Amino acid sequence: MNITVRVWRQKNADDKGKMVTYGVENVSEHMSFLEMLDVLNEQLTLSGDDPIAFDHDCREGICGACGVVINGQAHGPQTTTTCQLHMRSFEDGAVIDIEPWRAGAFPVVKDLVVDRGAFDRIIQAGGFISAPTGSAPEANNLPVPKEDADHAFESATCIGCGACVAACPNGSGMLFTAAKITHLGLLPQGQPERDSRVIGMIEQHDHEGFGGCTNIGECTSSCPKGIPLDTISRLNRDLLGALAKGKA
Amino acid sequence: MTITEPYKNPSEQFHALGDDIHDAKAPKGPIEKRWDDHKFNAKLVNPANRRKISVLVVGTGLAGASAAATLGEAGYHVKSFCYQDSPRRAHSIAAQGGINAAKNYRNDGDSIYRLFYDTVKGGDFRARESNVYRLAQVSVNIIDQCVAQGVPFAREYGGLLDNRSFGGVQVSRTFYARGQTGQQLLIGAYQALERQIAAGTVEMNTRHEMLELIMVDDRARGIVVRDMVTGEIETHTADAVVLASGGYGNVFFLSTNAMGCNTTATWRAHRKGAYFANPCYTQIHPTCIPVSGDYQSKLTLMSESLRNDGRIWVPEKMNDERLASEIPEDERDYYLERIYPAFGNLVPRDIASRAAKYQCDAGKGVGPGGLGVYLDFADAIERLGRPAVEAKYGNLFDMYAQITGEDPYTEPMRIYPAVHYTMGGLWVDYDLQSNLTGLFVAGEANFSEHGANRLGASALMQGLADGYFVLPYTLANYLADGPFEKVDDSHAAVVEARQAVEERITTLLAINGTRTVDSYHKELGQIMWDYCGMERTEEGLTKAIGMIRDLKVDFWANVKVTGVNEELNQTLERAGRVADFFELGELMCIDALNRRESCGGHFRAESQTEDGEALRHDDEFAYVSAWEYGDKQPTLHKEPLEYEYVEMKSRSYK
Repeated sequence: MNITVRVWRQKNADDKGKMVTYGVENVSEHMSFLEMLDVLNEQLTLSGDDPIAFDHDCREGICGACGVVINGQAHGPQTTTTCQLHMRSFEDGAVIDIEPWRAGAFPVVKDLVVDRGAFDRIIQAGGFISAPTGSAPEANNLPVPKEDADHAFESATCIGCGACVAACPNGSGMLFTAAKITHLGLLPQGQPERDSRVIGMIEQHDHEGFGGCTNIGECTSSCPKGIPLDTISRLNRDLLGALAKGKA
Repeated sequence: MTITEPYKNPSEQFHALGDDIHDAKAPKGPIEKRWDDHKFNAKLVNPANRRKISVLVVGTGLAGASAAATLGEAGYHVKSFCYQDSPRRAHSIAAQGGINAAKNYRNDGDSIYRLFYDTVKGGDFRARESNVYRLAQVSVNIIDQCVAQGVPFAREYGGLLDNRSFGGVQVSRTFYARGQTGQQLLIGAYQALERQIAAGTVEMNTRHEMLELIMVDDRARGIVVRDMVTGEIETHTADAVVLASGGYGNVFFLSTNAMGCNTTATWRAHRKGAYFANPCYTQIHPTCIPVSGDYQSKLTLMSESLRNDGRIWVPEKMNDERLASEIPEDERDYYLERIYPAFGNLVPRDIASRAAKYQCDAGKGVGPGGLGVYLDFADAIERLGRPAVEAKYGNLFDMYAQITGEDPYTEPMRIYPAVHYTMGGLWVDYDLQSNLTGLFVAGEANFSEHGANRLGASALMQGLADGYFVLPYTLANYLADGPFEKVDDSHAAVVEARQAVEERITTLLAINGTRTVDSYHKELGQIMWDYCGMERTEEGLTKAIGMIRDLKVDFWANVKVTGVNEELNQTLERAGRVADFFELGELMCIDALNRRESCGGHFRAESQTEDGEALRHDDEFAYVSAWEYGDKQPTLHKEPLEYEYVEMKSRSYK
């Protein structure tokens, strides 16, 4: 198949940036979306142009490095990571728009690459259980009901890709934050720091310039790992509880 | 055919022979007491002195993140580096299966000794007993540590931890978090690391790639890194350097590794004098999704558990173009069941991989390029019903369908082997210190605990053992003599290292040739796969060395690297990595040529039994090959391996 892509090109953070149109010929339907970009980049390189910069690493949907907006949707038309999207999802002759994540808290570094360091800083503000190496008790001393463990696991599958932020009209990072609050808050090990965690992480979230949550739900529908919206309800409950105790 | 007559090893035209290594610093005495004695005898660093001591940690996978977090918590001043945009993305995250630990929660006869025994045997008697025993000992602490951090391992209904059995052992000792154990363990280590970053003990440098090691007065004292966003070349000096930069499977271009995985950190250290050990030991995994075209960028692994119920076959007729469903039962060759009736489809990884290669070489492969064999679940679906198969393998079937666009419930899957893990790496002693004083190496980047073959669910165990429980002791012993004399940026060794990096970048950018970096990488990968992959021969390896040398010369004359250094330049990043892969690839072939035996992940066609099984030569090759870099040729140092506890045996799966 032959396709046309319109790609956001921006030399660096200070550049204004613009959409540039390229044709890509002989695209196989079995190619992944990123392999299609690889092919385009080989063409660009050989013609002396600057190849398109994009983040990617594992290419199996788990590292969370990749992610672009495809035809207005974070990670494109399927609920998966960009690396797991294949060209069979597009028609021959398609015109595809490719843009970086758009959010105030994720400044563009170059082309399709953005800076998601804000997510790391939210984790620094409390997204952990303090367990100094060597201090741990015997693992089976603390049984965890299977239901809680499974639920915690589901929230812990967040890959930190940032699609939730890109999809949200408010540019909110609430689903990401809530996934960590839920993961750790459901486990007995996570209880001692539960209040300080939610307060610290929310403060950092707001400080980074992410928007607030208004229950639109675009985040969860674009999440490649299916983190549910009710994790945000849990976050709100934890936050209210912590504030009521005067922990802020 | 067996090799009986002693003759000069043909590998010697490519390398020199150096002195043997007789002291890997393993303590003596009963094996159960060695690590405890060693820890007791190790020097300690007064907590008040720790903040005056600095450590650089390269890589943020399980080994690097756990080491940086633990050292930071202990009070050292740590700087951590990763090439990704966040430490959470290191490739440990992609490990699916699980992590071994000798907890014996199943009361099924597991013990530290049994885990030790299984690992030495699984490594085909090419790992050190002392190291492996320590690994088995600390395995139990790892699980405790991870649970305390909130790693959501699978649990039983009673709330206790669940286990499964994995990879040809007879006990259930593998802890897991569905098919995402690596992700959960890494997130645990990442969160511990972020906590230290917040506490100010660890300074994190994301999107920074190490390009050179700095040696001052015969000690590793720093690194040169490139800020991948601005292109700035930075030097960082410290009292010790830890490399936890992962394996080198991407020398094959196509592997299950992440696209960015590379050997540059370890190879640069090797060029500065660190021995590279056993580079030819590569693990090839039999159940990966086959290549679909020449645009293919990476391969995806599917859990081996599929072989429990899937039947592997190829058409009996060569180049059979019929659909699988059109090929009648009596025209199918279930070759593993035929050749290995006792184990059938469950033969070990290397045997299953090689058998698939032989079928495809014989023209019986299926799918694009004839590089695939069928893995058929029709019988399992008929026997168990589709819901049961779905419950067991649903996520794997979905993944297969997502990637191939085919429905494995109605058509058989196609699978082919792929490079998955590299057992070789920088040589380290019992303290995980390389032969360069002050350079420590952890995780897949070092060569040590897996011998010639790694058992399933042991990589995660080793990475976390090194970072949480081994390095904090052995590094302290080294640092107790510090802080060492301060090295500033004007020191001749620092200036020289920085200049070397700058010159190399300038050279790469100036070539402005006609071929892309990826085209070279793909060609190198094909050479490695054809001649240094599942089966190696003297003739093939000799040929490959010549081909790699020619290709390398061509690369430095004709590669096209666009753009400039002072920007985010992914082509430049890849060019530097591929340049190092050429040199590593050549060394892998030389190592494979030298090792005229088959062991673990290394199969020499000249050394097999009449049944086609791998044939070790313990009399000649029971040693670690530690390679010293040389401008003209490398020098081989042999570290003899002795087995006091586990009797050396050969395996049979017929």
